[in-house]
Amino acid sequence: MRISTFLYNVRQGFANIWRNKMFSLASIATMTACIFLFGVFYSLGVNFGSMVRSAEENVAVTVFFDEGLSDSEIKTIGREIQSREAVERVKYVSAEEAWDYMKEDFFGGNEELAESFADDNPMKNSDNFEVYLKDVSQQDELVTYIKGIPGVRKVNQSEMAANILTDFNKLIIYIFVGIIVILLAVAAFLISNTITVGISVRREEIAIMKLIGAKDTFVRQPFIVEGVAIGLIGSIVPLLLLHMVYGGIIKYVTENFNLLSSLMVFVPVNDVFRVLVPVSLILGVGIGFVGSRITLKRHLKV
Amino acid sequence: MIKLEHVSKTYEAGVQAITDVNLHIRPGEFVFIIGATGSGKSTIIKLLQKELTPTHGKIIVNGRDIAKITRKQIPKFRRNIGVVFQNFRLLPDRNVYENVAFAMRVVEAPKREIKKRVPQMLSLVGLAHKYRSLPKQLSGGEQQRVAIARALVNEPKILLADEPTGNLDNQHAWEIMRLLEEINERGTTVVVVTHNMDFVRQMNKRVITIKKGVVVSDEQVEEATDAD
Repeated sequence: MRISTFLYNVRQGFANIWRNKMFSLASIATMTACIFLFGVFYSLGVNFGSMVRSAEENVAVTVFFDEGLSDSEIKTIGREIQSREAVERVKYVSAEEAWDYMKEDFFGGNEELAESFADDNPMKNSDNFEVYLKDVSQQDELVTYIKGIPGVRKVNQSEMAANILTDFNKLIIYIFVGIIVILLAVAAFLISNTITVGISVRREEIAIMKLIGAKDTFVRQPFIVEGVAIGLIGSIVPLLLLHMVYGGIIKYVTENFNLLSSLMVFVPVNDVFRVLVPVSLILGVGIGFVGSRITLKRHLKV
Repeated sequence: MIKLEHVSKTYEAGVQAITDVNLHIRPGEFVFIIGATGSGKSTIIKLLQKELTPTHGKIIVNGRDIAKITRKQIPKFRRNIGVVFQNFRLLPDRNVYENVAFAMRVVEAPKREIKKRVPQMLSLVGLAHKYRSLPKQLSGGEQQRVAIARALVNEPKILLADEPTGNLDNQHAWEIMRLLEEINERGTTVVVVTHNMDFVRQMNKRVITIKKGVVVSDEQVEEATDAD
């Protein structure tokens, strides 16, 4: 196909959008709403994911040893744990440090009560490894393995925290995927509807084209351009909106809610949009293309 | 050029449109196909464009058996046949120039060629000065001239005109007929479907008469005189 013919069809595609203003506008608006919501859920998902990951980083498994193990034996156990794929890092906590934590946790503000234990560390057999995981869902498997290491007396795990975080993560993914699929299906349906209207409005023109000797691609191309353009416009507009809204929210929360901003660390806008921009554009263009192709196949027997 | 051998067409509803039609139209001929409404004239036009498939028989157009033309080959086949309709079928939102250029764009002609050919065609049909007008700003006769320019711009070997004067007053109808005659004189085979006997009597052309889907006569009509 000649470039001039292709460009003519591109112009015709945009002319179709203009001729079919109201339907095109409705499709662009729906696409905008869908991609906007997609962006909102994606941003929420990314931020929740980031928060869950930072929460996961604080979930640790505590490993206690048999009494009387030598330093080198303890180090060997530490190395063996560290070598596991699921392990992020291993931290050795000596009996003294364990007692310091205990004092801080239980006797904070009443340090004099702890004085009675002076020179008699009640945690003397409580030196341990704090094992931090890359992914808390692998905690059970790791604990079973550690329990099998000779010299390990006891392993404490925070099963509930791990389960909650894992389940929460899964739930967010399921909700996210479910909503996105519904939204995209609605957008595809509306684009298809617009193309169908476009075909019926231009039925006479199509009939003339066919009688004059137009090839199938020539007849179809403007409609494909129309669908893709609607998808493209419908994804650029919400991205611009989201960029403003997301940046605005971060700024607002940081400036007005000190407590909240210290608890929640937002993923920077550029990190979110690095993925969101290409994914949204591909989705918009892809839905526009697929929506118009399916419609043409169904309604335009060239 | 155009050959129909024992061609019959029955529509899905069981309506027999034409029965055992045999025709041979030679290159450069001007032929009228006449008959009452529903006699099967338009069916023949549609069969020649491969818009319809015959139930029986063989159709040869421009040396090709159209039964052997695949779906993919139809566009190229149709580019050698210009068509003019009773209701003009112009694109209402495009001006005269664009309507004619449309036919060239459809066949993916180069831009240069479009710019050269369209004004030539508009001059031929006498509408060069109205190239910017929209169809609704033209008279019926002028609209039909635009339709003829569109049908001829790709230089087809055959021009099929289905009731080209059906929506025109007598004066405009005559202008169109003279134009078709001129086009024929330039070498294009012209087939005109009509039920207007005035032209048929006065233009001294070959006339094929169809009645209830059957060819009942095929003769050269002598130009009418005042005594007729």
